[in-house]
Amino acid sequence: MPVGTQGTIKGLTNSQLEDIGCQIILGNTYHLALRPGADLIDELGGLHKFMNWPRALLTDSGGFQMVSLLHLADITEKGVTFQSPVDGSPMLLTPEESILIQNKIGADIIMALDDVVKTTITGPRIEEAMYRTLRWVDRCIAAHQKPYEQNLFGIVQGGLDPVLRDICVKGLVDRNLPGYAIGGLAGGEDKDSFWRVVAQCTAALPEDKPRYVMGVGYPLDIVVCSALGADMYDCVYPTRTARFGTALVPEGLLKLKHSVMADDTRPIDPTCYCMVCKNYTRAYIHSLVTKDAMGSQLLSYHNLSYMMRLSRDLHTSIIQEQFPEFVCRFLSSQFPKGDVPEWVCNAMEVAGIDISACCAPFSSGQE
Amino acid sequence: MTFMVRASRNGARTGVFTVGSSPLPIETPSLLLSTRKGLPFFTPPDLLLSLNNHNNSHLLQISPLHFAGCPSEKTISDIGGVHELLGLQDCSFIGVARDSIVCLPHSEGTNKFGASFETPSGRLLVKPRDYMEIISSLKPNLWTSLADEVPSWVTEKRNRSSVDRTIRWLDDCIALDPAGGSSILGAIVGGSSIDERRRSAHEAAARNVAGYWIGGFGLGESLDERPSLLNAVTDNLPVEKPRQICGLGLPEEVLQGVAAGVDLFDSTYIYHLTMGGFALTFALDTEENYAHSSVLGYAGDDHTKINLRATIYRKDLSPIIDNCDCYTCQNHTRAYINHLLNVHEMLAQILLEIHNTHHYLGFFRMIREAIKRDEFESFQKSFLEGRRSYLVAHAGC
Ligand SMILES: [Zn+2]
Ligand SMILES: [Zn+2]
Repeated sequence: MPVGTQGTIKGLTNSQLEDIGCQIILGNTYHLALRPGADLIDELGGLHKFMNWPRALLTDSGGFQMVSLLHLADITEKGVTFQSPVDGSPMLLTPEESILIQNKIGADIIMALDDVVKTTITGPRIEEAMYRTLRWVDRCIAAHQKPYEQNLFGIVQGGLDPVLRDICVKGLVDRNLPGYAIGGLAGGEDKDSFWRVVAQCTAALPEDKPRYVMGVGYPLDIVVCSALGADMYDCVYPTRTARFGTALVPEGLLKLKHSVMADDTRPIDPTCYCMVCKNYTRAYIHSLVTKDAMGSQLLSYHNLSYMMRLSRDLHTSIIQEQFPEFVCRFLSSQFPKGDVPEWVCNAMEVAGIDISACCAPFSSGQE
Repeated sequence: MTFMVRASRNGARTGVFTVGSSPLPIETPSLLLSTRKGLPFFTPPDLLLSLNNHNNSHLLQISPLHFAGCPSEKTISDIGGVHELLGLQDCSFIGVARDSIVCLPHSEGTNKFGASFETPSGRLLVKPRDYMEIISSLKPNLWTSLADEVPSWVTEKRNRSSVDRTIRWLDDCIALDPAGGSSILGAIVGGSSIDERRRSAHEAAARNVAGYWIGGFGLGESLDERPSLLNAVTDNLPVEKPRQICGLGLPEEVLQGVAAGVDLFDSTYIYHLTMGGFALTFALDTEENYAHSSVLGYAGDDHTKINLRATIYRKDLSPIIDNCDCYTCQNHTRAYINHLLNVHEMLAQILLEIHNTHHYLGFFRMIREAIKRDEFESFQKSFLEGRRSYLVAHAGC
């Protein structure tokens, strides 16, 4: 899911998003509630109509944005207290208020307000947040006015503690929600802890409900989480990194600002069939990036095309029962020397995907 | 390149222009889309070609100075020139040294060796030989010779030397061009002096060039003195070759140029509108009814355009113009664009540039139709009166 914070994916038109095969985008409740405001969106017929996006939309609860963007946010049983960015007055976002706002915005998937804590924190605060998240999800369910139109997803919390995660997953599954998110990750925890939490949650979540890993969107993380049974991801990374002049390619990253790009007449990714790679050279993109608006537009287009293609390829390879082969091809592009990180190998072992073919020392004979 | 004048009335003329591999002939008077490094500022290339599809969206202006060595001339040559560089094989490009937005002539820095410009990569002194190297790597369909453009307030002596240099550099460009000038639009300057304008035009007309580029306008001359300066140029040019002008952007200014027989205009006006949050809204009447209705437009900020930043558009679910068939009006509301402007999202500029370009192309179509029907003068008059009555009505408040 590309992230369209303020009701637009930075620098792309809706027709371009449709062209690259984008089916769902994420809007940030916190930003949309500030401008143009949930009441206005509601009055004008909801976010789909407001931005003329006929495909799927998801909104977050707004809580994470407050905690991460506003230093003075304070969480109590009532909700998240924060200083209004408009006039500095204290404001309170309760679970009820978050759902009310998301009902007004009208996305197809809405998220329960959770008690967000940094994954790197330990101790009783994690436990408090997990139990509070469960209490809040009940308040969200009770407040939800459009359960037949909008799908409320619950968010699994519990930090890196398997016992707490287990209690939270079970609690949410008991509430039989339309889908589940794995939250509290991608916040600086080590990768081995990260994938273990994902693996634990996906194993315990029902097979017939979507599983969304929040804030995860690096290509490698998506491949690993998919191997572990996750379904949905979001990340601002493809468009943000584009604005800084970096392209996503099968080999990893391509820094188009680098001076060696100035005379490189190849496309960004010769295996990519997107509009940008069909028409433009690295040399031309190099002359645009970080200087002209068109540079970030073209690079965002390619980066999102790359992510969409990666998602499609993951999907098809699973259907065609070629998933292990796909993962191996992906890993050997990213790690041609076979130096696949240990956490990836560990995760793949748990997922039952044999990647020995692309791990050193066996890879040398394969090239 | 071929060019043919189809109808000409009291100076204003309409013609047909075919250039390069462009599949469609371009009707003149025509708008050239201004670009940054060859692409529109905001309109993505996949939407560019859908812009006003029955109109001249495939004619673009490129400033070789935007590149300033990046990519290098060799790399641009290796890629195959501007059409390949930009993936716009069906579009035609006209190369012009300056662009009126970020690459402006810097007359104090210009000397007998070359023309000086203020550019995004600093001040550049461009000699005819340097310029020809960039041109031969870019290979635009047409390109202008190097000019020494001066503002209207320079001394007579400086103005004379600018004409002398511009003529000399035209000869240099022709001599350095392997094609002997067959794709050159010869530059004409002369500031605010009728005599120098005449002399510059006369000298350019004596050379074997494809057409003419009229520079040095929009540099401090008054609106009232412009028609006679323009006529001093066009009266001395052969009718059968195209004439492009730089520095006339507003609708009123375009109409002045058309009245004097200019064929090609740049679109810097659209850039300024778009950056200011403006959308063009004046009525584009059909062939049948244009003569009967005035050009009085939609309710809005100044009669020809509206500013979508204004809070009155916050809840406005109508498109910029109800029956506009541009991508923006077909898909988005004023309220959405107002929101995008408020939160500083680039899509605002993309959508505004698409609509404004589409609309301005429509303005040029109206001009052509008026000339064909021999009604250009009344068209110009009613357009200007509509503007003036608005300005008078609002002057008191
Ligand atoms: Zn691509
Ligand atoms: Zn329009």
